[in-house]
Amino acid sequence: MKTNGGAALIKALELEGVDVMFGLPGGAILPVYDPIIDSPIRHILVRHEQGAGHMAEGYAHATGRPGVAMVTSGPAATNIVTPLADAYMDSVPMVVITGQVGTAGIGTDAFQEVDTVGITRSITKHNELVTRAQDIPRIIREAFHIATTGRPGPVLIDIPKDLVDPTNPNSALDWYWPESVDLPGYNPRLDGDPELIEAAARLILAAERPVLYAGGGILKARAAEALLALAEMLDIPVVTTLMARGAMPDDHPLCLGMPGMHGNYTAVTAMQESDLLIALGSRFDDRVTGKLDGFAANAKIIHVDIDPAELGKVRRPDVGITGDCRLVITEMINALKILGGADKQPDRSAWKSTISGWQEKFPLTYVQSEPGDLLKPQFVLEQLRDNTPDDCIVASGVGQHQMWTAQYWKFNHPYTWINSGGLGTMGFAVPAAIGAKVGRPDRMVWAVDGDGCFQMTAQELVTAAAERIPVKIAILNNAYLGMVRQWQEMFYEERYSEVYLSPDLPDYKMWAESMGCVGMRVESPEDVLPAIQRANEVDDRPVVIDFRTDAREKVFPMVPSGKSNSDIVVGPEDY
Amino acid sequence: MNTNPGVARHHIISVLVENKPGVLARVSGLFARRGYNIFSLAVAPTDDDRRSRITIVVDVESAPLEQIVKQLDKLINVLRIDELAPGDAVERELLLATVESPQATRQGFAVQVEVAGARILDAGADTVTVSLEGTPDELDRFAILLATHPVVALQRTGRVALPKIG
Repeated sequence: MKTNGGAALIKALELEGVDVMFGLPGGAILPVYDPIIDSPIRHILVRHEQGAGHMAEGYAHATGRPGVAMVTSGPAATNIVTPLADAYMDSVPMVVITGQVGTAGIGTDAFQEVDTVGITRSITKHNELVTRAQDIPRIIREAFHIATTGRPGPVLIDIPKDLVDPTNPNSALDWYWPESVDLPGYNPRLDGDPELIEAAARLILAAERPVLYAGGGILKARAAEALLALAEMLDIPVVTTLMARGAMPDDHPLCLGMPGMHGNYTAVTAMQESDLLIALGSRFDDRVTGKLDGFAANAKIIHVDIDPAELGKVRRPDVGITGDCRLVITEMINALKILGGADKQPDRSAWKSTISGWQEKFPLTYVQSEPGDLLKPQFVLEQLRDNTPDDCIVASGVGQHQMWTAQYWKFNHPYTWINSGGLGTMGFAVPAAIGAKVGRPDRMVWAVDGDGCFQMTAQELVTAAAERIPVKIAILNNAYLGMVRQWQEMFYEERYSEVYLSPDLPDYKMWAESMGCVGMRVESPEDVLPAIQRANEVDDRPVVIDFRTDAREKVFPMVPSGKSNSDIVVGPEDY
Repeated sequence: MNTNPGVARHHIISVLVENKPGVLARVSGLFARRGYNIFSLAVAPTDDDRRSRITIVVDVESAPLEQIVKQLDKLINVLRIDELAPGDAVERELLLATVESPQATRQGFAVQVEVAGARILDAGADTVTVSLEGTPDELDRFAILLATHPVVALQRTGRVALPKIG
């Protein structure tokens, strides 16, 4: 069947099962937008290309399916660089299609030309410049395969205009659809080496103070059930990193919550004092380890990751296993059973009581505000947490509000927490929440955002209003770049440099209303719950609540940058 | 110019890749992002023209190199990587040089070239272009010899290497 590159591209996306894509047309990608009119794929027209990328990420986080974004060349391609880098850092499956100037114009500084594959080479799992229309079905097939298998990640396909323009002979091709992909250099190993798995099992059965260190890879591998089975079989406590919140239910007695720079005392200290860390899909990020040579100094390490380049990158493992977390955990459970299972473990009651002692002594705390004072952000989050469904999806931006949400929310289901972990992209929350809601329209989706973050991508609420995507945004408005303010207060002698934003400029309520959303402002504690309840009842448009919060409030606990996790600061009184 | 990287930090990496546009940039980018210099690099198709072999000589500590090699292996277009210890590899390199060689002393120079195992490829009134194929050490010694004459231009290919059979 004769076809053209543009029609072939859309057909290939349909065959890959794409039901929605996020994008914004422009010169070089125009010919691909024409066949979209006749395609069953839902296209969501964003207001800025960065929004398209983060929406695709939010969609992927919430559904496990690859997010798809399509934008034009030049400035559109550079605008989607940040989401690509974000997805690369957090291993988010995503396929981005960029238009490119015509083949003859490449390299001539043509209008809206940039070297997109050059710019994105180090922030994509793979990228490709299409040079012949006939390659399009194969390259799209490969792109989805690469994005979704092994360690997931973003793939960018850059397509010159002449290859998709039906009026140009360069776009002609005979349609085909490859049965399978042929990528001789790409063979991710899924099952673990049985000998290493047995060695790991022996270490686990010998350990006196083990901790399961669950990372985002658990979620990527759909391994939450396997993790729960392993933890319960051996009665071993679990910490869930920022990227793994929800991988183990927070209500479960074995779940210690989040470790790291702003982790709770028990999670941080249990890792510090452990004699065996079982790292599952986690990568020993500097925000988790603190000062590296002081990190879990007496612990042996079992490290399971699908990406062999993670093993030994930061901390040399005693047993390093390359493989898919779900498969390796299942194999590990089998190996443990063969070795005698839980009965062969030493008595760990002292370790368990030490941990529960920490939990009792060092809970997360804050002091409720006095009447007339600004809201405490933690109070707002508790109210939001307690008055939304248990499976509510929560997205956040980056900063204090992100850490408070990660601390105070109870994540009892996987894929309910969506944030920017590795790259730390301010402005992530609004578009990511929109993408999540598009992927999971059955779920309530809240974004918890900061006032600084909100101003970076708020325009996508126009997209959400126009497309009737009823996300809800809680702005913790403390009129500051709060996390920067916290560092300036603690580490720069309270010299506040360029962090004040003003609570009223912009007027968030009016701004929300002007974008077709319901806008509310809440200043006192008794108004928090009614506002949340009112927001929960809105299902035909987005809602924005401007919660006026206390800028003096800091995120604790905190391991100061460069310090060992043993130097954790529990609260303001300790600093 | 020191042409011999320090022994402890001197590594030869042989990378078999798909012969496609952009692959060399992907490979070299993993060194460049860390600020490491590639000492020499040689690339050409193998017996199978869908594949190329890249021989990279780098001056890097072992620990970061191990990480770079793992990351190289993640590149979709990379098929195989061998790190070759200098003693376990057969290495060759080619040197071309154009040097000033007046007619009056040309004959003596020609003898020096022959003794070194090099060849004269081209000769003009005042200059001569010579070539030597050999081990990097042999080329280093020949380069020192050539430096006794004014050198107009000198080009080395960078080494190519394969694992020793025996």
